[in-house]
Amino acid sequence: MVSDPVIVRPGGHTPPVSIRLQDRPAEERPAERTAALDQVFRIEHLSAWYGTAQALRDITLDFPRNRVTAIIGPSGCGKSTLIRCLNRMNDLIPSFRQEGRILYHGDDVCGPGSDAVALRRHIGMVFQKPNPFPKSIFDNVAFGPRVNGYSGDLKALVEGALRRAALWDEVKDKLGTSGLALSGGQQQRLCIARALAVEPDALLMDEPCSALDPIATYRIEELITSLAVDYSIVIVTHNMQQASRVSDYTTFLLSGEERIGELVEFGPTRDLFTTPKDERTESYITGRFG
Amino acid sequence: MTASTGNPARTRTGRPSGGPALARRRRATERAIAGLLLAATGVSVLTTVGIVLVLVFETFEFFREVSLWEFFTGTVWAPLFSPRHFGVLPLVGGTLLVAAIAIIVAMPLGLIIAIYLAEYAGQRTRSTVKPFLEILAGIPTVVFGFFALTFVTPNLIQPLIPGTNVFNALSAGIVVGLMVLPMVATISEDAMAAVPRALREAAHGLGATKLEVALRVVVPAALSGIIASFILAMSRAVGETMAVAIAGGSTPVLTIDPTQSIQTMTGYIAQVSLGDTPQNSLEFKTIFAVGMTLFVMTLVLNIVSQMFVRRYRNVYQ
Ligand SMILES: Nc1ncnc2c1ncn2[C@@H]1O[C@H](COP(=O)(O)OP(=O)(O)OP(=O)(O)O)[C@@H](O)[C@H]1O
Ligand SMILES: [Mg+2]
Repeated sequence: MVSDPVIVRPGGHTPPVSIRLQDRPAEERPAERTAALDQVFRIEHLSAWYGTAQALRDITLDFPRNRVTAIIGPSGCGKSTLIRCLNRMNDLIPSFRQEGRILYHGDDVCGPGSDAVALRRHIGMVFQKPNPFPKSIFDNVAFGPRVNGYSGDLKALVEGALRRAALWDEVKDKLGTSGLALSGGQQQRLCIARALAVEPDALLMDEPCSALDPIATYRIEELITSLAVDYSIVIVTHNMQQASRVSDYTTFLLSGEERIGELVEFGPTRDLFTTPKDERTESYITGRFG
Repeated sequence: MTASTGNPARTRTGRPSGGPALARRRRATERAIAGLLLAATGVSVLTTVGIVLVLVFETFEFFREVSLWEFFTGTVWAPLFSPRHFGVLPLVGGTLLVAAIAIIVAMPLGLIIAIYLAEYAGQRTRSTVKPFLEILAGIPTVVFGFFALTFVTPNLIQPLIPGTNVFNALSAGIVVGLMVLPMVATISEDAMAAVPRALREAAHGLGATKLEVALRVVVPAALSGIIASFILAMSRAVGETMAVAIAGGSTPVLTIDPTQSIQTMTGYIAQVSLGDTPQNSLEFKTIFAVGMTLFVMTLVLNIVSQMFVRRYRNVYQ
């Protein structure tokens, strides 16, 4: 493997400097592995199947570090499949199979010696539907630290996570009540707090606002923007306004006739929405299909 | 739809076309069928009511001669010999001893099987193992009794605990535990299968291992169903007759020593009903008093387990 195009663009344009990454694979650049890598995930020729049905084809793409990257595309184009590959969540689906490589800070997530459980401790995930455990608010947030053998001040950690998720003021007097007793928007922020409590480095969010009303959505979006300073965030969204509001970069996936998701365009969100390079992107963002 | 377009049974207005006579006949048939169904339902209701009434009546007769106090606090059960004693505690004790041993066997085993089936086994393993559980549940209880008497006691218990009686509560409890095992396993597995996949994914996403997901998320979320399975198993163990009558013996003593022969409430009822105790005698009426006690115990257990089942249904629907 000599050189990989970092960003697949049918138009063949030069990617913007800020996401232009070294063309050589990570392991050939040991000196830069920690210092200069400014991508959190690097996806190389990823294809994925459920049983015999292919869901993704030959995706090559980098997710920048400490930025919000949105994945957009019509329903069924493989957005969830892609984001779930990043923390090997698809391992839980028996029929699932993938080819290609995914590097997380330069390390192959499926390589020998890598462990899905350890990987997921570094990568938080927030799901489409709020899914708090039927446990108290405190126990929900403390779950991750507990299974990870956290030995410090659990109370302080829980409080910190709830504060970062902008939920602390609403729940500080009722930490013992069930997480299921909260409103949908609060539940989703609880799930974000729960993910933050394991002190991850990246946060994957699969349509985190699709079950919420506009005000709850607004609060979560605010939260995402504020979290992007410390975390690398990948967010799947159906909502293009949302992508343009919260993300720095946007990935557009599309599945054609055969219903196999492919990467159409990746770029800084502003560029992708104002001057899309691919006409299919333009059609999609102007609402002509999808 | 009209009659001319190929549906002769109906006219344009949708009314049956056979005229009022046919309509009347149909209504009569409908009513007859409804009546039949009602009668069938009635049989089960009436049977229940009848049994309960007989129990209540005969129990009442019994307690005209024996005081409630003696019955529920006496520690000697000897209604058939003089001096007669009517303390039911030895029978209750024997029953609870066997049921407790059964639960100690069935609870951990059943839960492990349920966790394995719900969280670890693949589709193929699951469809292989489940029929075995069903077969186990379908084995006649008398077979379990002889299994306890002729295999468990001489080959497993007596070598380990010398001096164990041929009839003993331990062997009865163990086989009753095996009998209720499928119940614990399948009800618990159902409860765990009802836990939404989203919760498992959330836990995996936080870096929990498979075992942690099972023990810290799935089991607690399914807890009321699991507890319901334990209580139902307990209720079944308390009501079990054949195996305990064969393997447990017929010595009503108040003991917690499982190597001793005991007698359970059901065992006693079976013994008296099959024996030559004259009906209408006080001795015979004891079986109704004992039966009533048993009935109330299992009824309470079933109601409690229903409460748990309802609770876990409410959580996810
Ligand atoms: N567990 C699964 N088993 C089999 N096929 C699946 C599974 N999950 C997804 N698929 C299929 O893979 C394809 C991509 O699905 P995916 O969920 O990734 O799409 P998506 O872009 O997230 O869609 P949406 O916007 O509706 O969430 C679809 O054709 C879907 O039917
Ligand atoms: Mg999706």
